[in-house]
Amino acid sequence: MRKFLLLFLLTGTASAAEWSQFRGPGGACVSDEKNLPEKWSKTEGHRWKTDLPARGVSGPVVFGDKIYLTASSGVRDDRLHVLAFDLKTGKQLWHRQFAATGGTNCHPMTCMAAPTPVADETGVYALFATGDLAAFDANGTLRWYRSLVGDYPSITNQVGMASSPVLADGKLIVPMDNSGDSFIAALDPKTGTNVWKTPRFKESNWVTPVVRSPDGRTAEILFPGRDGLSAYDAATGKRLWNSKLVNGDIPTPTIREDIVYAPSGGVTTLKFEGGEPKKVWASAKMGSGMTSPLVYDGMVYAAKDGVMNTVDAKTGESLWSERFSKDKASASPIGADGKVYVFSNGGKTTVFKASREMEIVSENDLGEEILGTPAVAAGAIIIRTNKALYCVGAK
Amino acid sequence: MKRLILAVAVLAAVAGRGSGQQIPTTADYLKGIKAVGREGQGNDVAASCWKGLVATGEAALLPTLEAFAGANPTAANWLRSAVDAITEGEEKAGKKLPTEALRTFLTTTTHDPAARRIAYEVLAKADPTAAEKIILSLRDDPSVELRRDAIAKAIATLKDGDKVPESLFTAARDKDQVEEIGKRLNKSEADITNHFGFIPKWHVVGPFDNTKGEGFAKAYPPEQGVDLKATYDGKGGAKVTWKAATAKAKDKEYALVDLNAELTKHKDAVAYGFAVIEVAKETPVELRAGSITSIKMFVNGKEVFDRDEYHHGMKMDQHVGKATLKTGKNELLVKICQNNMTEPWAQSWAFQFRVCDATGGAIPFKLLSPEAK
Repeated sequence: MRKFLLLFLLTGTASAAEWSQFRGPGGACVSDEKNLPEKWSKTEGHRWKTDLPARGVSGPVVFGDKIYLTASSGVRDDRLHVLAFDLKTGKQLWHRQFAATGGTNCHPMTCMAAPTPVADETGVYALFATGDLAAFDANGTLRWYRSLVGDYPSITNQVGMASSPVLADGKLIVPMDNSGDSFIAALDPKTGTNVWKTPRFKESNWVTPVVRSPDGRTAEILFPGRDGLSAYDAATGKRLWNSKLVNGDIPTPTIREDIVYAPSGGVTTLKFEGGEPKKVWASAKMGSGMTSPLVYDGMVYAAKDGVMNTVDAKTGESLWSERFSKDKASASPIGADGKVYVFSNGGKTTVFKASREMEIVSENDLGEEILGTPAVAAGAIIIRTNKALYCVGAK
Repeated sequence: MKRLILAVAVLAAVAGRGSGQQIPTTADYLKGIKAVGREGQGNDVAASCWKGLVATGEAALLPTLEAFAGANPTAANWLRSAVDAITEGEEKAGKKLPTEALRTFLTTTTHDPAARRIAYEVLAKADPTAAEKIILSLRDDPSVELRRDAIAKAIATLKDGDKVPESLFTAARDKDQVEEIGKRLNKSEADITNHFGFIPKWHVVGPFDNTKGEGFAKAYPPEQGVDLKATYDGKGGAKVTWKAATAKAKDKEYALVDLNAELTKHKDAVAYGFAVIEVAKETPVELRAGSITSIKMFVNGKEVFDRDEYHHGMKMDQHVGKATLKTGKNELLVKICQNNMTEPWAQSWAFQFRVCDATGGAIPFKLLSPEAK
């Protein structure tokens, strides 16, 4: 138990029952939940459905009995929303708003509510593409707020930022790769003040950092960018190493034990042996576009342009490919309960059996845009569409 | 130091440790919140004050809205979320919100525009009928959000065959509304260009060198003072001189100066645009530009805005600088950089530029011949 607590503090990885950050526990997009749903539609198979006040492409996060969500609205997309819902009933518990203090230009597909919030036992930390960053307790009390563009005015990404914050080593890690003041920073979660701020390559990047503990005592933040994969000491922000074997752009890597599955050149796997990682295998066919590849049950899944490609996680050997949609996908596929869930932009979820033989379990169409990665908690899948929040699962 | 003293005083009051165990007042809470500074300075005090303010309930609602006046954008967001929490708390407690006070606050246009918009939204939830009555009268409002809703409501209430009043076109600020109303009034492209206050004619010069993006920070001769008769050493030693350029509508954008057309296509290049306008009196203005590449704006030789970013999207008003124009002639200089990207979507090198008030409405100015400087 002590070991688990230490690991939790270092990597910010919540228990499997929580889905507290972008792509869930450890950023792996894998849940230990069982008896997850296989069949639903726009009108059936929901535990509840709650209409949302505004659009967002961020994912919902779950901690304890609450779901947290961000959204943005307005003709200039300059109204920012942070909301909390009851996990059991879907009832909206509180709703707070801010005015964007940074620029709101972006690609029409995204919006200012693109980074996924991160939650812990103290509440939720919500970052927006405008650089507005706030911490609320579970009851909606504002713990602190920062305007990062107010602090660092040259921050700019007119495609729209989307990297999500994570928790590590008792700090809030804020990725801010952009064309202006580009950095990664650690903030004190209690006050929002900087613990450290380390410069980064000046170019936009949409990757969310991942956290590993190389020795069970210290935390290392891995953050791919346009200048390769860099590792930072979570305690000091010092860059420990930089590897040019992989780059970062949009998808986020996954760490499984001592292997990094990096979405670069398709998927490139790196193994930690001492200091810097060494390349193990690469598969160019595993490009994943907007989505992040999934490592689940001995396989790697990559969803791009409506097609799911799979390889063996140890060797990179190709297994199967299958078209799941005419649409592209933006939400990352999820592995749970022996199944792989993949979500098309148009709102269709295809459920594959997690198997070396291709098998489609079901196809479920909500008919509403799904761009944010859903959450898995309490035996259900929490899907955020452009209009509503659905808790899909048995009642 | 002043901020530190204030923070200590407010914290003492909030914690009840001041002389005579004083109870903090709403004014103390607001002072504590408005003292927040850069990089989270004052967040601890502001958090205590936010809690106290929200716990005060309805009595703190109007003072919180009034406190938007003079609040920096960071503090304003602390206040905004406090209003949400106060009104949510009152609603959950089944209490009525002070609709008359909200109505008065909303209709007093000297209050902060953002706070008045929030007052409108709170009123619209508490008393939708009262809010609906008021909104129609706000089509010329300093709050662009209230103005937008007022214009939308006015359009929605028109019956089939009704002529759209010219006053709606005059009042409109948002591009979509201006175009919608303009279409119904048969407005020309020139009418819309004038409505927004775009500068239609420029003098341009270039290219200067921008290899490795270093030209963005380099002050080439036009930044030292514009001489339209000068010949400069441009990129690669080429001699470059000023030439007249006319802004034209292109790709659904108004008044665009296409530098690829005016100066021929160049990569790793810097160009300048120059115009002179005359205003009748000293006027605070917003300089709003669109450019898909790096840009700097100067007014009367002083830099008022910069953004070093390439090929991440072009949109009207995406860059906003603030300045005060002096009575009489004013020189406008814009610097537009191009990088060396080779992708087909990374070839545009252009800008649009307008002068307007804080709502986005054109200010009265006369475009002078640049030789008049």
